[in-house]
Amino acid sequence: MKAVCWMGKHNVSVENVPDPSILNSRDAIIKITSTAICGSDLHLYNGFIPTMEQGDILGHEFMGEVVELGSSVTNLKKGDRVVVPFTIACGSCFFCKKDLWSACDNSNPKPTAQETVYGFTGSGLFGFSHMMGGFAGGQAEYVRVPFADVGPLKIPDGLEDEQVLFLSDIFPTGYQAAENCNIQEGDTVAIWGAGPVGQFAVKSAFMLGAEKVVLIDHYNDRLELAQKENENLETINFDNEDVYTKLLDLTGGRGPDSCIDAVGLESHGSSPDALLDYAKAAVFLATDRLHALRQAIYCCRKGGTVSIPGVYGGFLDKFPLGAAFGKGLTFKMGQTNMHSYMPRLLEAIQEDKIDPRFVISHRLNLSEAPMAYDQFNKEKDTWRKVVLKPH
Amino acid sequence: MQEINKKQESNTKEITNFLTDMKQNVGDDERLVSAIAGAGLVTYGISKGGLLGTALSLVGGGLVYRGATGHCHLYSAVDKNTAAPSQTRVHVQKSVTIDKSQAELYQFWRNFENLPQFMNHLESVTVLDDKRSHWKAKAPLGTSVEWEAEATGEVENERISWHSVEGSEIPNSGVVEFRPTTNRGTEVRVTLTYEPPAGKLGSWIAWLFGEEPSQQVAEDLRRFKSLMETGLIMKVEGQTSGRIAEVAEEKSKVKTASA
Repeated sequence: MKAVCWMGKHNVSVENVPDPSILNSRDAIIKITSTAICGSDLHLYNGFIPTMEQGDILGHEFMGEVVELGSSVTNLKKGDRVVVPFTIACGSCFFCKKDLWSACDNSNPKPTAQETVYGFTGSGLFGFSHMMGGFAGGQAEYVRVPFADVGPLKIPDGLEDEQVLFLSDIFPTGYQAAENCNIQEGDTVAIWGAGPVGQFAVKSAFMLGAEKVVLIDHYNDRLELAQKENENLETINFDNEDVYTKLLDLTGGRGPDSCIDAVGLESHGSSPDALLDYAKAAVFLATDRLHALRQAIYCCRKGGTVSIPGVYGGFLDKFPLGAAFGKGLTFKMGQTNMHSYMPRLLEAIQEDKIDPRFVISHRLNLSEAPMAYDQFNKEKDTWRKVVLKPH
Repeated sequence: MQEINKKQESNTKEITNFLTDMKQNVGDDERLVSAIAGAGLVTYGISKGGLLGTALSLVGGGLVYRGATGHCHLYSAVDKNTAAPSQTRVHVQKSVTIDKSQAELYQFWRNFENLPQFMNHLESVTVLDDKRSHWKAKAPLGTSVEWEAEATGEVENERISWHSVEGSEIPNSGVVEFRPTTNRGTEVRVTLTYEPPAGKLGSWIAWLFGEEPSQQVAEDLRRFKSLMETGLIMKVEGQTSGRIAEVAEEKSKVKTASA
């Protein structure tokens, strides 16, 4: 089959590889009908995530049709149409039972690296380095899905692929980010990053009852899309306006009740701290750039919440813990507990509360993936979300 | 002012101590391993070049220094000393919490023939009678060792202990305990004691090759947990990747040729 392989920093290629096969009795093989490139795939593309190996198959946002089942999977049948969550979870450990699916104890077969660096390991992830389990990803014609009796969500007839594809990651991720803000009546939520997760966080914050939502970025096309999609949205282009001053102005001097960092470890910016982050990351003195996170902490009101769906991998330099402590902030973060959100968000789509298709900017064939990675990485204004068709 | 002077004095003293306190605190076996590994890193680092290569060479140099002098500044900072006389006996204790009842876990373990399912270094266990069993394990470099073990005591659902019988190649003993928690499942604690063939050096070399006992026990327990909680041990070995793309291409070429 054809699969998009990571061949090194800034180098992906479409390779002919053997078809996947059942390795555990709770596996399924899915024939992929639609798959997407995620902003976090660019962290891999740009070489920010360690433990990638040449030849690893990329992709963690995908859906398709069940073509083969392991002997223990009884809730699915061949021909079922499913969306697969990007986190792999067993469904029977302490964490899965507590709805903390992304902390599953039993789905990462290579836990040593995370245990060494983080103390404990999280769940396995598709196509996201060997410290996340080394699972082959879904930017391919077929994929092996472990714990297939727990993860895949069956899709009823009448819904197109593109309406439900983003249930695999970015819609639940944006939704969890907003839910983590514990939104109360009258709340203002500020969101850094107008990429697809930020776009879904905006919609989710409104769905969860936020009175005012402010989106911060410097890509005009992305800000304009969000404004078109959400009537009452306020936006700030940080190239033109001072974010703190504008946020205070929008909140009568109080500051936002919650701040969402939907940017993660490759934050952009031109302030002195952002430039220092660039320099340090370039010579390996720090791994992650966190300009957006620093600003979110600074702008958040006293006793507010900072919610972090953006991915961080290593060590942060100049993390303003003093400001966080001084204001008594609450932090919520982590990989999305996918399995908990997928069924209710599917319902929201069925009830027309949201149509996730608005984030798509490009529809391409799987064979065009190398060009798509290159363009998505360079042209963020116009390349927002790429959907690939493998067949 | 006086206070500041005092502080400076104590700082100077600390620095002097750091430089002059060169008492040996690294064991001889570990010194050898440290020197060999250090030399390897220096060579690799230099051949690799660049920033990473330089960093690796520096780390390697530190290890060689540690091997040559028998002194480790890190050890002295944390007050650790591996040069003190120690027994050749290896002692390992590891715990894991499993979301199953004491009885389920006890019964599975009590049938020693189940153990190779999650203890990767075991090739087989054959139960001989109520008390005795025959164990066969993989040893480093493709060899294997065998011994007979005898159950020395058990409390139903709570603990099982055993030791190898007189004259075993690797004298060893072990205890596994199953302890209930309020609502977190069962804590399983394994204590193993054994005398490796070449003393502590053997265990250090095994560690370099990824077969160190405490790491091995930790991984065994993780597999036990997974097997009990999910019915399987998750694997990725044998999955497809672009690393075997060329192989696949070759095969399809052969197919086309024969067709």
